[in-house]
Amino acid sequence: MAETAATVPSVFGLRIRSRAGRRLLRHRGALIGGALIAFFVVLAVGAPLFATHEPMATDWMAVRKAPSWAHLMGTDEIGRDVFSRLVWGARTSLLAGVVSVAFALALGVPLGVLAGYAGGWVDTVISRCNEAVLSCPFLILAIAFAAFLGPSLTNAMIAIGLSAAPIFVRLARGQTLVVKAEEYVDGARAVGLAHTRIVLRYILPNIFPPLLVQSTLTIATAIIAEASLSFLGLGQQPPDPSWGSMLSIAKNFLVQAPWMSVWPGVAIFLVVFGFNLLGDGLRDALDPRGD
Amino acid sequence: MTRKLSLAVAAGMMLIGSAASAETLRIGLADDPDVLDPDQSRTFVGRIVYTALCDKLVDIDPDLNFVPQLATAWEWSDGGKTLTMKLRDGVTFHDGEKFDAAAVKANIERSKTLPESRRKSEVKSIDTVDVVDPLTVRFNLKAPDATLLATLSDRAGMMVSPKAAAEAGAGLGAKLVCSGPFKFVERVQQDRIVLEKFPAHWNAANIHFDQVIYRTIPDSTVRLANLQAGDLDMLERLSPPDIATVKADSKLQVVDVVGLGYQGITINNNNGERSKTPLGQDPRVRKALELSIDRAALNQVVFDGAHLPGNQFVSPQSQFYNQAIPVPARDVAKAKALLKEAGAEGFSFEMQFPNNPDMTRAAQVIQAMAAEAGFDVKLRATEFATMLKEQSAGNYQATEVGWSGRVDPDGNIHAFATCKGGINDTKYCNPEVDKLLDAARQTNDVAERKKLYASAIEILDRERPIIYLYHPKWIWALSSKLQGYKPYPDAMIRLEGMKKAS
Amino acid sequence: MLAYFLRRLVGIVPTVVLVSMFVFALQQMLPGDPALALAGEERDPESIAYIREKYHLNEPIWVQYGYWMGGVLKGDLGISLRTNIPVTELLVQKLPVTIQLALMAIAIALLIGIPMGVLSALKRGTPLDWLANVTALSGLSIPNFWLGVLLILLVSVKLGWLPASGYESPFDDPVQNLKTMIMPAFVLGTAIAATMMRHTRSAMLEVLRSDYVRTARAKGVRERFVILRHAFRNALIPVVTIGTLQLGELLAGAVLTEQVFTIPGFGKQIVDAVFNRDYAVVQGVVLCSSLAFILLNLVADMAYFFLNPRIRA
Repeated sequence: MAETAATVPSVFGLRIRSRAGRRLLRHRGALIGGALIAFFVVLAVGAPLFATHEPMATDWMAVRKAPSWAHLMGTDEIGRDVFSRLVWGARTSLLAGVVSVAFALALGVPLGVLAGYAGGWVDTVISRCNEAVLSCPFLILAIAFAAFLGPSLTNAMIAIGLSAAPIFVRLARGQTLVVKAEEYVDGARAVGLAHTRIVLRYILPNIFPPLLVQSTLTIATAIIAEASLSFLGLGQQPPDPSWGSMLSIAKNFLVQAPWMSVWPGVAIFLVVFGFNLLGDGLRDALDPRGD
Repeated sequence: MTRKLSLAVAAGMMLIGSAASAETLRIGLADDPDVLDPDQSRTFVGRIVYTALCDKLVDIDPDLNFVPQLATAWEWSDGGKTLTMKLRDGVTFHDGEKFDAAAVKANIERSKTLPESRRKSEVKSIDTVDVVDPLTVRFNLKAPDATLLATLSDRAGMMVSPKAAAEAGAGLGAKLVCSGPFKFVERVQQDRIVLEKFPAHWNAANIHFDQVIYRTIPDSTVRLANLQAGDLDMLERLSPPDIATVKADSKLQVVDVVGLGYQGITINNNNGERSKTPLGQDPRVRKALELSIDRAALNQVVFDGAHLPGNQFVSPQSQFYNQAIPVPARDVAKAKALLKEAGAEGFSFEMQFPNNPDMTRAAQVIQAMAAEAGFDVKLRATEFATMLKEQSAGNYQATEVGWSGRVDPDGNIHAFATCKGGINDTKYCNPEVDKLLDAARQTNDVAERKKLYASAIEILDRERPIIYLYHPKWIWALSSKLQGYKPYPDAMIRLEGMKKAS
Repeated sequence: MLAYFLRRLVGIVPTVVLVSMFVFALQQMLPGDPALALAGEERDPESIAYIREKYHLNEPIWVQYGYWMGGVLKGDLGISLRTNIPVTELLVQKLPVTIQLALMAIAIALLIGIPMGVLSALKRGTPLDWLANVTALSGLSIPNFWLGVLLILLVSVKLGWLPASGYESPFDDPVQNLKTMIMPAFVLGTAIAATMMRHTRSAMLEVLRSDYVRTARAKGVRERFVILRHAFRNALIPVVTIGTLQLGELLAGAVLTEQVFTIPGFGKQIVDAVFNRDYAVVQGVVLCSSLAFILLNLVADMAYFFLNPRIRA
């Protein structure tokens, strides 16, 4: 039994991590994904350099004009340059995606693992409260938040993170139940390992894959959700650009100005694709059984 | 296989055949109506449905003159304190009850006394109603009320069956019984309201549909797609950017008319702490804001030029419009000078706006225009219920908001600009304005009213608690097959005389 | 197992009460005043006062909750402040629509997502895997309203194959019902299929590398049997978790998709109710969908047990 425990390596050991790093660098998908994300991060950071126009500058002579040399991706509903808004919007949207998912993970995973590992009344309390939050319509949560915290991008991220957290609680709990039933955990318990050590060494690394998948997927949802929050007055306020709000405005001009929706849609897709590829790579790299 | 197919074809033919004899009109609405009881309801789309369901005492014509509906003639006496109406003979409600003077009396009393009634303030001026004879009714007023006919041409003038109302009480909305050309069949919330022709209606010969279905489709793109796909025959509130699409489609047509309402910027100038800003306190700053806005460009950019720029609570097409004060041109230099004079250069304020796509676009354009004159406008999208509360509580600096409009000009200004006005969220208060608007309410002499409103408009234009920007047009898209649709400024869809060409 | 199930079934009651209290409290925190929102454009002070009184809006929140709970115990969920229609009638009208749409969407998601996930895990790194991933992730990045409008413009307006709207109950007109439900179910289903596919793929990869699958292979068990019997069953666990969550979300109403296809389900209802501060409707719909959601969670926990009996939930 002790032998089993010893053969399950730790992701927290430095030696493994460097090996994982090397594996990650060899992973084709991870490289492509990383490059995509790096591209958008550079775009966001260097927005003032890349934008060809002021993102808020309106040109009333050029409302909903198709892409041209003057406006690479065309202009929007009040004559602003879509390319420049896309570049500046990368800041809001990347931040909204990453921060809210991080918030959801930080809140959801510990609770889920606790519920799954401890079981009994702890599990009951956490699971029932989790169900209560999940049952509450997102809209009510969001408007209540908007009223309480005041409108800001940070608060929008908190609201999105909060509403995404229950999924992570559920996932973490479900996976913990599976891992807890594995023989090596029984073994670790039998040899009297402390609970915190068991959780850190055996549970966390093994519940990691589905959480990673869900995180990379939730980024897409979060980027789009940011738009509905700004609509409610909670997120980024107009005229500041974000991909989600560009996309939701563009739906009113789907026929007249398709370029308004295509580009932000493509941007969201590429970012989400990048994160998913990187996520796959990370999982492979961190897999103790991989070679 | 072939036999099956031909059977199917035959069945299809039969369907088409029966469709021709049972004509259905399908209308796309932008919102879901609320409770279907004229005394309780409050939505605009609800009134569209009533137009088919319920007859009113009087109606308007497209030029806003009052014309007979259930009342065939009327007469003012006693210095405008008594209104006597002759009623149409032989009218029955959908439940077979007879319509007469006693029914009118019962209806007005219901509007006045039903606890749930939202018409109370509209019929306040009516003291008592007398049944003179079965077809003559007399309204005794507390004071002359020039707006009464307009009131009776809207929900307060809609006649419900007194018997049904007495039985159902406040629950009448579940199955409304009126006397209009169509009667209620069924309703699925947020989806549809189905009405069928009432053959005993006095004007049934002019009704060419057996069934009307109102469908709720909030998204304007989707509403249009339904019309294009043939799932609707007509829709209300076509989005202005779609006008060109519809005009280019030979199977569709566009009909429009300037409405009775307005859109503008309401400025908090006397309602609590947040009115204590240069914008709220100094008329020069408000004037500068107005001068910084190019109404024609705003209309062009945001609405493809569909609406009508304006600067008063009635549109330039109204007979009450003060011609001496035309829509001002943009003047950025003068706006800057005024701001400087007021010592408010670079002044920053927050403007809230209802979170719909049109208003969002307009708010951003206003922001950009005002910036050129030196205003720093912070925008805040606000959900409507919150906006109402903030506004009435004085927790706002400026709001981009409008008013749906009323047939009588009084309905566009009295409650907004008098010191005790029920929806005066600016708490603007000028006894002179109160006097003029009260006087205009109490005379039926149009020339006199014009003079009074002109004077009031002069003062309001100087002090600007509300900057009026444009008057929205009502825009409908219809199948080309639909004939005889007449647009009215009140945007109600009147079905008399409409028909489908085959 | 049976005892556990019964215990959980009893446990639903306190959870639902908790949910209703939570939603009730949240509603009170919403800005805006329901009486003001419902009084109409003129905001007649008398009407406002009457609405406040009639719906006990002046009372403290626990008293209001008491009134509501008292009604629920008698089977009365109150009436919609906006339309005067009883909330129970509304639920009866809309619940079947919502359930049908949710089930169709989840069926589409499972039919597309799981085979795609299994296949792309088995053919990992091949062009097929890449294609499956790109398709799935584009499905996720395209917002539902966008795809919905696009589909209507293409299928209904351009091609004229399916009606753009016009929902009919399956009992009145099953053909029309399917015609109007297939597009919205597809739009919802593809978005969820993406999530399902990614989870299935990841879980399959995980399980295929695990010791017991290796052992089974080493023992010479046939490949197909390994995949179905061992790998797939265990890979289903995260899929079950996500599936129930998604189904629960669908049961609360798919707001934008319903709106685009004008399907009279819960989604639009609850959004309008929130915006109009129509508290009774919000409470009623949430009560109903949370009950469904909690039951689903119970089923999911049972499924864990079934898929991997070593788990003692």
